[in-house]
Amino acid sequence: MAYPYVSDREVRVISRHFGDPAARRLDTYVERGGYQALRKAFELGPDAVIDEVKASGLRGRGGAGFPTGVKWSFMPKQPTRPHYLLCNADESEPGTFKDRELIRWDPHQLLEGVLISAFAIRAGHAYIYCRGEFFETTQVLARALEDAYAGGYAGRDILGSGFDIDVTIHVGAGAYICGEETGLMNSLEGQRGQPRVKPPFPAAVGAFGMPSTVNNVETLATVPHIVTHGGAWYRGYGTEKSPGTKLFCVSGHVNRPGNYELPLGFPMMDLIEDVCGGIRDGHALKAVIPGGSSVPLLNAEECSRCTLDYEGVVAAGSMLGCASVIVMDETTDIVKQVRRMVQFYAHESCGQCTPCREGTAWMTKVLRRIEDGRGTEEDLDTLLDMSHQMTGTTICVLSDSAAAPVVSSIHKFKDEYLALIRRGERVGVA
Amino acid sequence: MADNPTTITLTIDGQEVTVAKGTTILRAAKQAGKDVPHYCYHDGLSSPAMCRLCLVEVEGAPKPMPACVTQATDGQVVHTESEQALDFRRGVLEFYLVNHPLDCPICDQSGECKLQDYVHEEGRKHGRSREPKRIFGRDDFGGDVLFYGDRCVMCTRCVRFMTEVERDARLTVVERGNRSVIDTFFEEGLEGTHWHGNIVDICPVGALVSKDFLYKARAWDLEHTDSICPSCSQGCNISLHVRDNLVQRLKPRDNLEVNGFWMCDHGRLNYEWLNRGDRLEAPLVRSESGVRAMGWREALAAFLEAAAGAAGNAVRAVASPRASNEDLGAFRALVESLGGGDIVYRMSRAADEVVLKGFPSLARRRDLAPNGRGAELLGMLRVGSDEGTGGLEDVADHDGIVLVLGDALDDQAPDFGSSAALFVHLATHASAASANAHFVLPITSFAEQEGSFTNLNGRVQRFWPGIRAPGAARPAWFVIGVTLAERTGSTAPRSAAESFASLGSSFPPFAGMSYDDLGTGGALVNQPVSLSGD
Repeated sequence: MAYPYVSDREVRVISRHFGDPAARRLDTYVERGGYQALRKAFELGPDAVIDEVKASGLRGRGGAGFPTGVKWSFMPKQPTRPHYLLCNADESEPGTFKDRELIRWDPHQLLEGVLISAFAIRAGHAYIYCRGEFFETTQVLARALEDAYAGGYAGRDILGSGFDIDVTIHVGAGAYICGEETGLMNSLEGQRGQPRVKPPFPAAVGAFGMPSTVNNVETLATVPHIVTHGGAWYRGYGTEKSPGTKLFCVSGHVNRPGNYELPLGFPMMDLIEDVCGGIRDGHALKAVIPGGSSVPLLNAEECSRCTLDYEGVVAAGSMLGCASVIVMDETTDIVKQVRRMVQFYAHESCGQCTPCREGTAWMTKVLRRIEDGRGTEEDLDTLLDMSHQMTGTTICVLSDSAAAPVVSSIHKFKDEYLALIRRGERVGVA
Repeated sequence: MADNPTTITLTIDGQEVTVAKGTTILRAAKQAGKDVPHYCYHDGLSSPAMCRLCLVEVEGAPKPMPACVTQATDGQVVHTESEQALDFRRGVLEFYLVNHPLDCPICDQSGECKLQDYVHEEGRKHGRSREPKRIFGRDDFGGDVLFYGDRCVMCTRCVRFMTEVERDARLTVVERGNRSVIDTFFEEGLEGTHWHGNIVDICPVGALVSKDFLYKARAWDLEHTDSICPSCSQGCNISLHVRDNLVQRLKPRDNLEVNGFWMCDHGRLNYEWLNRGDRLEAPLVRSESGVRAMGWREALAAFLEAAAGAAGNAVRAVASPRASNEDLGAFRALVESLGGGDIVYRMSRAADEVVLKGFPSLARRRDLAPNGRGAELLGMLRVGSDEGTGGLEDVADHDGIVLVLGDALDDQAPDFGSSAALFVHLATHASAASANAHFVLPITSFAEQEGSFTNLNGRVQRFWPGIRAPGAARPAWFVIGVTLAERTGSTAPRSAAESFASLGSSFPPFAGMSYDDLGTGGALVNQPVSLSGD
């Protein structure tokens, strides 16, 4: 297979069909054992499916890492109102490109996961909320869904089981904040894409005011495998607290960037040096953002002792997030990188909460001024103080995410800021 | 509290408060006399918890909590003034000022601006932003509203009022992040809506201002007087805002029983008549030698003499639904004293009610006067057309005693009352008809006297004088009271309160009622009011 790069250290579970266009077709998918997990789930019943997923220790792959089975168990056991499963395919975190690949290469894997999960939480209707820019991806998924309906895998009386589950693809308009679960629900309902105040939590009052669960594409794509092979099998990979495999989206200054499915707990330096073929010619590692732009930067020393599982990255001083590893070599201008990320958050802030609305935009201006050589050392204190005011003070965590790289970069790469402030010198040329 | 599970007790800034279960921290704090700063929260609207100004420290909570949506729990310990709480408020206030134009010297809201207040009380001495500010400029939202986007704090109260209360979503937030701004839909604007003046009231800053009030007065120069809106029979609680003895604007006062927090645009903008000049300022007495202005003592002596002379003639009387209960009661007593007779009144009637959909007990009612119900309860009869004209044919050429209170008779022919044996006109303004009166007695408008109105539901509500009466004009209850005391040898009421209390002896609906019972929210009359079928 010629999927851009494949490493022999990968454990390809959900990515096993990457690079194989045939896998998109329903007949091929079924030939290779597809939709057997769905049949098995119908036999097991919803509670057994939830228990199996709980046993697997699968954690939410969207970034928060909350145990999926536990999340499902918050849904009422005896539905009195419609339940909804919402599949979050609004993949927008800078540095992330795994959900797109999961849908493009293996749409039926996701659909099977969606159907099983909807069945488990007793939802009669599932929505797949696709990012607005995912044009081709959505087309692939829509074709697959049509086939699934035609083949009796979705809709009324699925596979003669007596269960009805409808699946609707909803295309967003390309707003980052609609990937936040309550923002997603507002957007789905036709409201402004703004996160909601919690409580109430989605399992009590979610989409259309009904109990709802939001799961990431990768999480749902994993579910059929857990149902087929069992939770214990899944625990055979990864670490005790972070079981299973995870797609790592590696971008930046490595020789072989791409998606790699690795067991959790994989050493970061092995990922960079071995799986990705090392830093590009003759350059040295400077910093890594391990989990998408929302998490703190790690410097080279921290990377050297970082293992890629939820706990390991926290121990190194950052977060695993959605495992989007952005690698930067020593030519990188950290201040510019940070400004670019904060600018992204300023652009994507929904504008509800004052600290985020005003803070992200103000930070961008200050960083740009520093970048232009017109900064002062007091600006760094102001930035840190702003970051403090923007952390934990808002409805969702977008402003926390904007503050994280600012704080970590000022702490870890202060010399670069000071160089710009004192002499107007840029470090690196990126 | 175990024996009473419907309440909980928490500690706010060291003070124990017992509140009903389900109360938010912000409401509980209010109960304890603490005002937690806030913008987006409003008692009459939903709580989006987005301004983040009401963040308070709750012991045991990992993060500062928004007081407006966090429910108080038993045993909770809340700090609204702790270093952490103040730190976050300082931070949020600084964020507000990053793009705020600080144009207080030319801003209408200055002096009653919550941003000004909070920053002054708790903000940083110096802002740290050195960056150029974002500029939106000014926009005409239609109706009476101008929008200054740069002053906006994005609390979205205006959007929520139009959506949730007026239920006519004419405003929305467009764009996102710090580019977000309140806007109308295309060119539609607020034109044609009937309650949009309220968004100017609830705007905590100077982003939404009234065109009518624009640059008219500074907030600190205005004196506020509690009053009742005189524009329809709803009886909205309002404040007269007065400068230089002129009413500058009307603002609603909270009264959940009557108008909630709101008032309609019709009532809000219908106040200029209170400032009208050409007032009657002295009693005018007509004799064969012509009309002469004189002092009250002389005029009333002449009136008593004329009344004695006219005794035995039938009385026909016209009152006004704009007069207070006290005035109408005194007028009724005057009519009885002169031999009795029917009292009629005229009142404009609009084609439709204008209901506030999100607060449906509030409407701009069809009857466009504040005290039609009071006149009805005092046994007066409504006559005339829906325009508030006509219906006085029997009075116009009456040859006995004609008494008119409050009604200016603007629509009447110049010979109105010319055949009367005695014609007394108690009025604020002269008209062609009043030239025929033997006595024209200057009285005060409701804005110049203390008194009460009875609204359509029979709720009696007090108002207070906000402007000085011109010249010798006096409240009608006082003028009539003194006259009757002289005539019968009794004691005249010395205050509006006494005048009101005396109503009960003759009129059962008011029996036993006194100003003390009315309080600030008013009270219902004793007998159930049958709502006349519209």
